[in-house]
Amino acid sequence: MSHPSTGGSRVAAPPQREGHGPASGGDASALPAGSGRRGRTAWRQRFEITVLTGPALIVFLGFVIAPVIVAAYCGFFNWNGYGPLVKSVGFDNYIAVLKDKNFYEALGHNIFIVVMSLLCQGPLALLVALLLNKKMKGRSALRVLLFVPYVISEAIIGVGWRLILGTGQTGGALNALLDNIGLGWLQHYWLDNGSAIWVLLGICTWKYLGYAIILFLAGMQGIPEELSEAAAIDGASYWKTQWHITLPLLGPTLRIWAFLSIIGSLQLFDLVYVIWGKAAQFTGVSTMASYMVQSGRDMGRWGYGNAVAVVMFLISLVIALAYQRFVLRRDTEGSLTEGR
Amino acid sequence: MSTTTLSRTAATAKPSVRKSSETPWGSPVVYFIGLLLIGICVGPVLYIVLGGFRSNSQITTDPSGLPNPFEFSHYATILGSSSFWKPAGMSILAAVTTTLGVVILGVMAAFALARYSFRGREVLYSVFAAGLMFPLSVAITPLYTIILKLGLLDQMAGIILPGIAFALPTTIIILVPFLRAIPKELEEASALDGLSRLGFFGRIVVPLAVPGLITVGVLAFVGSWNGYMLPLFVFNTHTPTLPLGVAQFSTQHSVDTASVLAYTSMSMIPALLFFSLFERRIVGGLTGAVKG
Repeated sequence: MSHPSTGGSRVAAPPQREGHGPASGGDASALPAGSGRRGRTAWRQRFEITVLTGPALIVFLGFVIAPVIVAAYCGFFNWNGYGPLVKSVGFDNYIAVLKDKNFYEALGHNIFIVVMSLLCQGPLALLVALLLNKKMKGRSALRVLLFVPYVISEAIIGVGWRLILGTGQTGGALNALLDNIGLGWLQHYWLDNGSAIWVLLGICTWKYLGYAIILFLAGMQGIPEELSEAAAIDGASYWKTQWHITLPLLGPTLRIWAFLSIIGSLQLFDLVYVIWGKAAQFTGVSTMASYMVQSGRDMGRWGYGNAVAVVMFLISLVIALAYQRFVLRRDTEGSLTEGR
Repeated sequence: MSTTTLSRTAATAKPSVRKSSETPWGSPVVYFIGLLLIGICVGPVLYIVLGGFRSNSQITTDPSGLPNPFEFSHYATILGSSSFWKPAGMSILAAVTTTLGVVILGVMAAFALARYSFRGREVLYSVFAAGLMFPLSVAITPLYTIILKLGLLDQMAGIILPGIAFALPTTIIILVPFLRAIPKELEEASALDGLSRLGFFGRIVVPLAVPGLITVGVLAFVGSWNGYMLPLFVFNTHTPTLPLGVAQFSTQHSVDTASVLAYTSMSMIPALLFFSLFERRIVGGLTGAVKG
């Protein structure tokens, strides 16, 4: 889409303006050249830039950006996934999405996971990272092991969790374990309505806590030790030092972690679909993505599924932009827009 | 920014390994909490691996017990069956191709973005960076439409090309600062030696960028290996990749719990192995991406 247009503007730009900014690298300035030579260098540079960025840009636009445009278009049709788009239904699909209480239920579950993930994982990971932020034996082994849940595929570990938490009359390993250690009164149909969303939250926390800890630890290692040493000399207690020095300096790491966590919670799908499958809607763990797949793909209503995708995209985009605008502004100033 | 983080983590990690005899022991409380955490993180994984060594009757009588005696038949059956090796092969093929594609396209684009100054460079960079806000699960339904129109359904290219596309934003965000950190003097020197800019890219930049390329490559590999949603949509008739294979196997053999556990743990091993080999790279890459 925008590839030919950027190419066009590049071609249209006068060659003298290219690569002659004060900060521009050594392209033309390294060559002692006349104006004719310079014009050819500029042409050559444009060619090189096109060759270098072209393939990545085509793949990226074709498979990441184009789908959103296609979705917005397909959402206007009543379409079964194959054959031509003929039955236009106007805004009906979009209106139906916005009127479906199942969609709002799914959205509610997403928001619950977003908020609770931040509230559970954030403080917990911070506490563990503070404890581990000292030179001591076995720390690197601990770091590796904390990362294990993060590395395993959500789908694969979802199968494992379903067997642990149990389905049907067998009840699973966790219930048996509780019985064996004398906590039989805690036994529960974990995957059923009511507790399901908490189980989902628990599994998400289990899977992504290690990631948060690792990020926070890396952030803490970037804080100069002199600061806390100075505070200690001034008589500040350990926790006071952490509260007044480490935490504020960890701000950028915390804010970016929260951003990634929010985006991740909004797109939650694999775990839900593998553990609960089509029952997700009746057990109170549906997410926007699982709703989209179940009411679109699984029912052969691709037009409707595309409309859900567009609504989902707009919700995620608004949240992401708002977060960037109001929370990340200080940290990413320049870094996302200027490539610094 | 992220390159400094990378080198910093590498620099802090190395001495702590070498001087391990000098590192002090932490307080017992810390170790207790650490062990508790390890138990929580690794426990479920261990249960799956050990469960594969039990018989179905052992599992039925006490789902939470240890293997007694050890049964090797389930693992043997899985290891001898094409229902494991076929998806495993597909997963490897998809992950390797995706990784190569991401690394090659990514380093080319990142080189242009990092070391050329041209109009629209900032715009181009933010277009790629904006990709972080387009998660796969949002795009999957229309992506299916595009894959269908391109005739890539049930084909490996149908998961490889989108896989490359969705890994590009992180790759470029990590690589641009990395390539920018290469000193300008090197570029000038190579220009004096008669090397063209593309020659400089191929002969000097790429070899220097190998650590960064490994980082983004490992991230792309693990991402592709773990992918579930994309193959779920793309493959309707065909043998899919491992995550999908595990999910299908578990529904087809729902009574044979021990085999499901064996199959599941077999599919976890490659990712765990790969991770333990490249642990520092993955951690460095993730933290680098976040701080970039």
